[in-house]
Amino acid sequence: MFASWHKYASLMHFHALSQRVSPWCFGLSAVLFAAGLIGGLGLAPTDYQQGESFRIIYVHVPSAWLSMFAYIVMATAGALSLIWKVKLGEVIARACAPLGASFTALALVTGALWGKPMWGTWWAWDARLTSELLLLFLYLGYIALQAAIDDRRAAARAGAVLALVGVVNIPIIHYSVEWWSTLHQPATITKLGAPSIATSMLIPLLLMAFASQVFFFAVLLVRTRCEILEFERHTQWVKALVGRSSMPTVIA
Amino acid sequence: MNFMRAAAAILQRDIRRLLRRRGQWTQPLMFFVMVVVLFPFALGSGEITASIVPAVVWTAMLLATTLSLEEIFRSDFDDGSLDQLALSPHPLPLLLLAKAIAHWLTALLPLILMAGALARALNLAPTPLWTLLVTLLLGTPVFSLVGTLASALTIGLRGGALLLALIVMPLYIPVLIFGAGAVNNAALGLPTSGEMFFLAGLAVLAATLAPFAAAAGLRSRLS
Repeated sequence: MFASWHKYASLMHFHALSQRVSPWCFGLSAVLFAAGLIGGLGLAPTDYQQGESFRIIYVHVPSAWLSMFAYIVMATAGALSLIWKVKLGEVIARACAPLGASFTALALVTGALWGKPMWGTWWAWDARLTSELLLLFLYLGYIALQAAIDDRRAAARAGAVLALVGVVNIPIIHYSVEWWSTLHQPATITKLGAPSIATSMLIPLLLMAFASQVFFFAVLLVRTRCEILEFERHTQWVKALVGRSSMPTVIA
Repeated sequence: MNFMRAAAAILQRDIRRLLRRRGQWTQPLMFFVMVVVLFPFALGSGEITASIVPAVVWTAMLLATTLSLEEIFRSDFDDGSLDQLALSPHPLPLLLLAKAIAHWLTALLPLILMAGALARALNLAPTPLWTLLVTLLLGTPVFSLVGTLASALTIGLRGGALLLALIVMPLYIPVLIFGAGAVNNAALGLPTSGEMFFLAGLAVLAATLAPFAAAAGLRSRLS
């Protein structure tokens, strides 16, 4: 079994595997998104306090979850590349960063859109909001570092160190921000909704979360494939592959 | 204890070098004073209320530190002695710890003394003033240690200084929160031990982990 795993750590085999798997991921996520959206926008009852605007939860919560999950994926891939020199880890970490940053930005934007009708303000210096914003800064720092280093392998190693430092820092940032906002402005922390959520609202939420997760993996596979082609552009197999296909611009 | 002697030699050399090049420690100091002086102008009335002094001092401290970080490795990288450092048989994390200590002693200790004087001039009462100095002493080692790490990651890059600031500022925010928070509490007569313990904990964590991460980062940039 171990031997077969090794095989997929090779970029060429992973590229082939990804080509086979990613359409299934896209298909599955489309089905799940459809089910989740029908359930969330159509079947779930209107919230008695928040009216219809609570429905943004079906985009907001999955993207907030994924913003953190993507960082863990990025740091794990970085650790693999740093410790065991797995090239696949380097490629995945690099492909993951813009995705994670996008989900973080999506969570912040949908949160602001939700906050305006509910809290009366786009932004509050609440602990969760602030640590999400700092997570975005961590992503942007990582992306900027990757962009500044020309040599891909050196960039991957430096990025892996930064991602791991970020993993140590995220809990520290989260709890320090929580401490800070409870000290300064307890009144602005408006707990939304009751602690429990009705089942008819929860099921679409879980569907949407699962759909987003699968969508994340699908896009990650595509992005990784693109990174692999750029990374291995001087190898025979990429030249053969690109010579065969009709899209030589991908690796320009 | 050969490696301890090597670390002590690096500490001594860095301190001597920074003291000889006067601009390296006077410029962050001047920058720090100027940032603090900007606030009265921006606030209009020309009068800073005591309640924003901790925020002003800590923010200016963070910015001045960020600007001083690039110098930790710059000249060593330019003349090649950084390669020798990485090739030496002594443990690299220990040598980088010595460099971080040298940075703190030469760049940040003058800033702390100046911060005390400036905060007094801005009418911060004696009790919060002492709290400010203690939080600066506990918090700024984290700045040096994490800054050494971030500086190692950005050695020799185009636009390195700005990139360094982007990377390092989110990592500094916990220190800023607890440092300024403790002073605010002291001004209100509230206990500050919670923030102090947290700052001390962050300093210990940074001292134990950051040199290793800095060594890994440095090797990634040099190889």
